[in-house]
Amino acid sequence: MNAAHGKGHLYGPARFERAARTELAKPQLRENLRHATHTIRDKRAEVVDELPDWEQLRESGRAIKAQVARRLPELLERFEAAAVRAGATVHWARDAEEACRIVTGLVQETGASEAVKVKSMTTQEIGLNEALEAAGIGAYETDLAELIVQLADDASSHILVPAIHYNREEIRDIFRQRMPGAADTLSDAPEELAEAARTHLRRRFLSARVAVSGANFAVADTGTLVVVESEGNGRMCLTLPDTLISVVGIDKLVPSFADLEVYLQLLPRSSTGERMNPYTSLWTGVTPGDGPQRMHIVLLDNGRSATLADPVGRQALSCIRCSACLNVCPVYERTGGHAYGSVYPGPIGAIISPQLTGVAENTSLPYASSLCGACNDVCPVKIDITDVLVRLRGQAVDSKRGSPSAERVAMRLLSWVMSDPRRYDRALRAARRGTAPLAALLGGRRTIRHLPWPLSAWTSSRDAPLPAAESFREWWQREQAQRGETP
Amino acid sequence: MKIALFVTCINDMMFPRTGVAVVRILERLGHRADFPQQQTCCGQLHANTGYQDEAMPVIRQFVRTFQGYDAVVAPSGSCVAMVRTLYPQLVGKDPDLAAAAAELTLRTYELSEFLIDVLGVTDLGASFPHRATYHPTCHGMRALRLGERPLELLRHVDGLELIPLEGAEECCGFGGTFSVKNPAVSGAMLDDKCAAVLHTGADYILAADNSCLTHIGGGLHRRQAAPRPLHYAEVLAS
Amino acid sequence: MNAREEVLARLRSALGDGPAEVAVPRAYRRDSSHDPDQLAELFADRLADYRAGVHRTSVDRLAETVAALLSAGGPLAVPPDVPQPWLGAYDGRVLVDGTPAPLGTETLDGVASVLTGCATAIAETGTIVLDGGPAQGRRLLTLIPDHHICVVPVTDIVGTVPEGLERLVPTRPLTFISGPSATSDIELRRVEGVHGPRRLDVVLVR
Repeated sequence: MNAAHGKGHLYGPARFERAARTELAKPQLRENLRHATHTIRDKRAEVVDELPDWEQLRESGRAIKAQVARRLPELLERFEAAAVRAGATVHWARDAEEACRIVTGLVQETGASEAVKVKSMTTQEIGLNEALEAAGIGAYETDLAELIVQLADDASSHILVPAIHYNREEIRDIFRQRMPGAADTLSDAPEELAEAARTHLRRRFLSARVAVSGANFAVADTGTLVVVESEGNGRMCLTLPDTLISVVGIDKLVPSFADLEVYLQLLPRSSTGERMNPYTSLWTGVTPGDGPQRMHIVLLDNGRSATLADPVGRQALSCIRCSACLNVCPVYERTGGHAYGSVYPGPIGAIISPQLTGVAENTSLPYASSLCGACNDVCPVKIDITDVLVRLRGQAVDSKRGSPSAERVAMRLLSWVMSDPRRYDRALRAARRGTAPLAALLGGRRTIRHLPWPLSAWTSSRDAPLPAAESFREWWQREQAQRGETP
Repeated sequence: MKIALFVTCINDMMFPRTGVAVVRILERLGHRADFPQQQTCCGQLHANTGYQDEAMPVIRQFVRTFQGYDAVVAPSGSCVAMVRTLYPQLVGKDPDLAAAAAELTLRTYELSEFLIDVLGVTDLGASFPHRATYHPTCHGMRALRLGERPLELLRHVDGLELIPLEGAEECCGFGGTFSVKNPAVSGAMLDDKCAAVLHTGADYILAADNSCLTHIGGGLHRRQAAPRPLHYAEVLAS
Repeated sequence: MNAREEVLARLRSALGDGPAEVAVPRAYRRDSSHDPDQLAELFADRLADYRAGVHRTSVDRLAETVAALLSAGGPLAVPPDVPQPWLGAYDGRVLVDGTPAPLGTETLDGVASVLTGCATAIAETGTIVLDGGPAQGRRLLTLIPDHHICVVPVTDIVGTVPEGLERLVPTRPLTFISGPSATSDIELRRVEGVHGPRRLDVVLVR
């Protein structure tokens, strides 16, 4: 069977390098991102250092997910059976479009014209809000950051904190201008902004009939779903409406309830830098007299099975969406999330998005990294992100083998030169001879300000050195000759 | 012990003095390094840019060249990381090459690893009466886990004043072809690294990779700023 | 082929390389090496860190402690099986969920406080866990009122997350609560108080 790739909000209109240039030109954005990423980076480091067994937890977290990948079909069937036994209805969706169709139909069945939403990357990935709105159903984000982004008619820029690109003054202005009932005197104190969000959503929570959520984890043995959150908006959505629809990526499975003891330690410390997030809800199907009495679970593929097919790339499916890798990434810190074009930005996004869509559709993201490896060190499930990036770069190059490229010509030539010492030696001498007149022209200076294309990209922000007057191998030969040894 | 110097292609062409420094350091310790002249490049540029097929003949050349040595020493965290972490994956399809590469991987060392872990030396009797700061390059720090090794060697250098670099563990923005494919982001990262270097007031910025130093040095030069880039091997040889 | 069959078939085909069985090491700590007093202190410290109120009391003085926390007045909501002695010193209005009828959301929105017990408590993370069991009631009881008072016998406190999970029945509706409602969405700075109860008081009973 051919790999079936995913669709949805997984790529942007522009290649990363172009979009990044646009984002880099926003000084306020850079300041906001720097402040926020450094704040959370330090908090994470503190609470991680507190645990003597952090590395053991990471290793268990990695291994459990690797085992899940290996047993995925069987675990999904187990999960389905357990959830159905507990009173849930399970639906399967091949892709974004099918998932949106299922959810829209389920909301329509209830007769409700609106749904409250728990923050969920999966529903963003599939563009559920747009689909619901096209069907005349209002989809209301209830997480504070999602609310900010929705009110601003913007796109999220971070997995955990979608409004990370705004500072408090900007959020105050968005609330004042866009939030019904917000006072003109609203200050930029975070406490006051949180209070405004509470007031704004209170009535909607108390009267909501349908809620849509994702899930952080799905337990195969018991059919249990888990939502990890902070504000209580999740609990509101998971508890008050009569109908709950949870869209769950098939990568969210863990085999048993006991496995949660690993992830409930890894996730909060890695994501918000807390020992434990304020609220974690676990529910299994329907509990009579308590919470939603109609429970639907939509199991989503949308490119995950295609990702599973790559023996190296499949480790991306272990991701628990903590966003620690975003917070330490020097590239993310400077560009923010929008440059990545996908709902999954940062290092993990650069390996998830292209695999979900197929690398050929998303060739710039694997290059959105200096391969510094800071992401690997903080990943709570030890995904080797840089390894996967290199792997995907290979696939990006292969996907374009059919069309001509100056880069490939250069790389082939270089490979031809570098694989033969004689050719290499001649090339070294030629490079020095070629630049010798330039060196003379520059006087004693052995640096240059402007190189021709494509190396002009290098001299856009730094000077380039010229080859040395004598290569190392020439020195070595001279040295050997002086010692009276034949080189 | 049969020691081979893997000088790396960038040092061969641009920074021969770093290679000379390694030869002199080893001589001082009573070891004669060989420079197998069949050597070219480790293939990292190709592999990291996605040209794995094109990297293969270069990797083969590397493995052919250095087979039979007890130790291969390179003044580059990045190139050693390529051999140690990427070779095992890249050569997987070719069983003969895989076996030879796996063996070679265990005997390839970054200079500070070789000096401290293999030779057991930390004081090289060097003297360098200057103020310097040290940038731990990403591959040295995270792929090879060099840790304090280069600094430990530098702390024994007579007269050298080492000034801590703020945000030292942050990437300088080089990243091989990253600097050319994403020049704007790379430049923004470089801005911050240059600012941190300037903040130290050091005369020299030291590192274990001339590639990163070319990038940082190029940025400082563009700013007409004083700190000069220098491979730490050259300090140890002074 | 329906979606279910197709997705499962895709996955089986994706695993065509027959990835190796993965051994799952469990070398992390299962328990902390603390005695009950140390656990109570650690728990109290973690709670205070989240800006939850922590009140130490004895079985004899529990009713007094609870009443003091309710001094602001306003109706108090309780689950049907809340132990009566807990309320012994409180003379305000008490709404009992389920007697005569389940409390509606609008009613709960008008109560000042809710008083419950818990299933277990985890010291290292400052977490109380509710499972709908004795003295805990339905989930919305502890969600809508702005002030939650939770009574925790010190003997119910465990050290670590694995110990806490071990005590739970997976299929019950579970709510892990660690401090009052909070957000880090503005500049990644934690602020207490959004949609859930903005005040959490934990009463530790020895």
